[in-house]
Amino acid sequence: MAYDKFSKIVSPAVPLPIENVDTDQIIPARFLKAVERKGFGDNLFRDWRYDKSNQPIADFALNNPTYSGKILVGGKNFGSGSSREHAAWAVYDYGFRVVVSSFFADIFKGNALNNGLLPVVVSPEFLEKIFDGIEADPNAEFEVDLPSQTFTIKATGESESFEINSYKKHCLQNGLDDIDYLVSLKDEIAAFEK
Amino acid sequence: MEAKTLFDKIWDAHVVKQVEGGPNVLYIDRHFIHEVTSPVAFLGLKTRGLKVFRPDQTTATPDHNVPTINQNMSIKDELSRNQVEMLKKNCEENGIVHHGLGTEGHGVVHIIGPEMGLTQPGMTIVCGDSHTSTHGAFGAIAFGIGTSEVEMVLASQCIMQPKPKKMRITVNGELSKGVTAKDIALYIISKISTSGGTGHFIEYAGSAITGLSMEGRMTLCNLSIESGARGGMIAPDETTINYVKGREFAPKGEAWDKAVAYWETLKSDEGAKFDTEYIYEAADIEPMITYGTNPGMGLGVSQAIPTGEDMTGTDKATFLKSLKYMDFNPGDAMKGKKVDYVFLGSCTNGRIEDFRAFADFVKGKQKANDVIVWLVPGSKAVEKQIIAEGLDKVFEAAGMALRQPGCSACLAMNDDKIPEGKYAVSTSNRNFEGRQGPGARTLLASPLTAAAAAVTGVITDPREFL
Repeated sequence: MAYDKFSKIVSPAVPLPIENVDTDQIIPARFLKAVERKGFGDNLFRDWRYDKSNQPIADFALNNPTYSGKILVGGKNFGSGSSREHAAWAVYDYGFRVVVSSFFADIFKGNALNNGLLPVVVSPEFLEKIFDGIEADPNAEFEVDLPSQTFTIKATGESESFEINSYKKHCLQNGLDDIDYLVSLKDEIAAFEK
Repeated sequence: MEAKTLFDKIWDAHVVKQVEGGPNVLYIDRHFIHEVTSPVAFLGLKTRGLKVFRPDQTTATPDHNVPTINQNMSIKDELSRNQVEMLKKNCEENGIVHHGLGTEGHGVVHIIGPEMGLTQPGMTIVCGDSHTSTHGAFGAIAFGIGTSEVEMVLASQCIMQPKPKKMRITVNGELSKGVTAKDIALYIISKISTSGGTGHFIEYAGSAITGLSMEGRMTLCNLSIESGARGGMIAPDETTINYVKGREFAPKGEAWDKAVAYWETLKSDEGAKFDTEYIYEAADIEPMITYGTNPGMGLGVSQAIPTGEDMTGTDKATFLKSLKYMDFNPGDAMKGKKVDYVFLGSCTNGRIEDFRAFADFVKGKQKANDVIVWLVPGSKAVEKQIIAEGLDKVFEAAGMALRQPGCSACLAMNDDKIPEGKYAVSTSNRNFEGRQGPGARTLLASPLTAAAAAVTGVITDPREFL
């Protein structure tokens, strides 16, 4: 699936200081009935964002006009639970390009990388600093630099490097996905089958 | 020769290619698809002008969205119907076997695979569903994938995966009466948390594990993902081989002998290295129940919710948020709490053994008046067996009715939704907020503990009746 090429992002961030944010919260199952990949951003965090009568819940971060930006910052074990790729689609479709946490669930992380959404793993201490930075100034900017693999708190200049394998890094920087690559291996795969 | 784990042996035999600085190109033997995570993958293939590479290695069935009553009628919910119809159409266009609603082979995807003998030791198995870990019970590498990866498998029969770390969880000794595979799983997750297995593939070992039936092993491996692990597996043994033998897609004749000879080599070598190891005693495990909003928040049914006094920071905030959702107080005893719904079913506990255990328990007893009980078989084959054994009559006599196969209230994509604020003792796999319907409150437990709640109307230790 085509997505934007990723290089460097400088943006404020939206805080979600909750642990174990599971993919049922990111996008509840009742919104998985589409047969095309569009519009999932409208239902991102649906049941935390809207009440029973579909009114926005004011104190939820996405409804709070104080917060904005392309970076979502979550507590540890972000994206646990169901393998639904719709979760990564919803986060991307809403407008985020980076999710930061001290720990991601494996399937969500893989799904994010396959969709141009960069999961950035930082240390628990650095994660706290990011949350503190947003609390001190909701407009504070953060820099995510994929080529140098660094995440920087612009206000203090503190930065931490993050890991990504060189293959996936190349894919993200060039907007490529794995399918073209795998299809190019067909002869090798057929030979392997024998 | 280097000592290898069971996982290494199977993984290494399926690596087509190691990508420079990246993941492995891993060959997939068996691919299962359902209606929710496959349509966008088929659309992707179409957009790229690609055909399905090995259609005979993919098997399809609609399960997530289907109603569990009146399956002979057209599905009322338009979006659900569209997904179910789209799956059938995509399969027809691509030459993929499809077990449609109401047909003999229909059921929850992780239940029908093993039943048909499609799941075999030594295989790599994937599906766009995290509970694909179920199939690891046979000594296979089985794990859930995203839709992009479903498209990869359809296009090339391969996916790109970094090799995970290895964990071994050993449970020694014998399980006490009233303690089941579900309780082992909830016990382990309560110990290592919902992220303790992340980055790992688990091998389960020890006498409490090898003593389990295939159904029990499937329940245990099914819940591996709830500890954060991609999957869990158990080395194939006589129990495994006896289960697979004679099933529709099991090897036959000479091919069978050859397969068994290979399967017998599938165990971790003496001295094989695991990145992480845990050892537990079966005697320490009691019937489990969850009290919070993730499967790691579980405890023995006779125990009380933690007070949280020793917690700090986001840990405490997460704990309190969870209890607020459940409307429980720190320190509350679990026993005696009111139950509104009981759900028996899902890929975790929707197999014949689960229905036998539940029926044995409720036989000669009556459903509590104000409890609603949903009994949802995992497949048509399970439903048929329930009827053949007369278990449906036992349920009827107890005031409970059998429904038709599907994922049902496990994730409430169909009409089987637990109403807001109601408590459900559920044999499924996730107690996340809203998982069983907006505002629903889920208490995960074994079929036995669920049966006890169904007849008493409150959380009950099933051992009191045994």
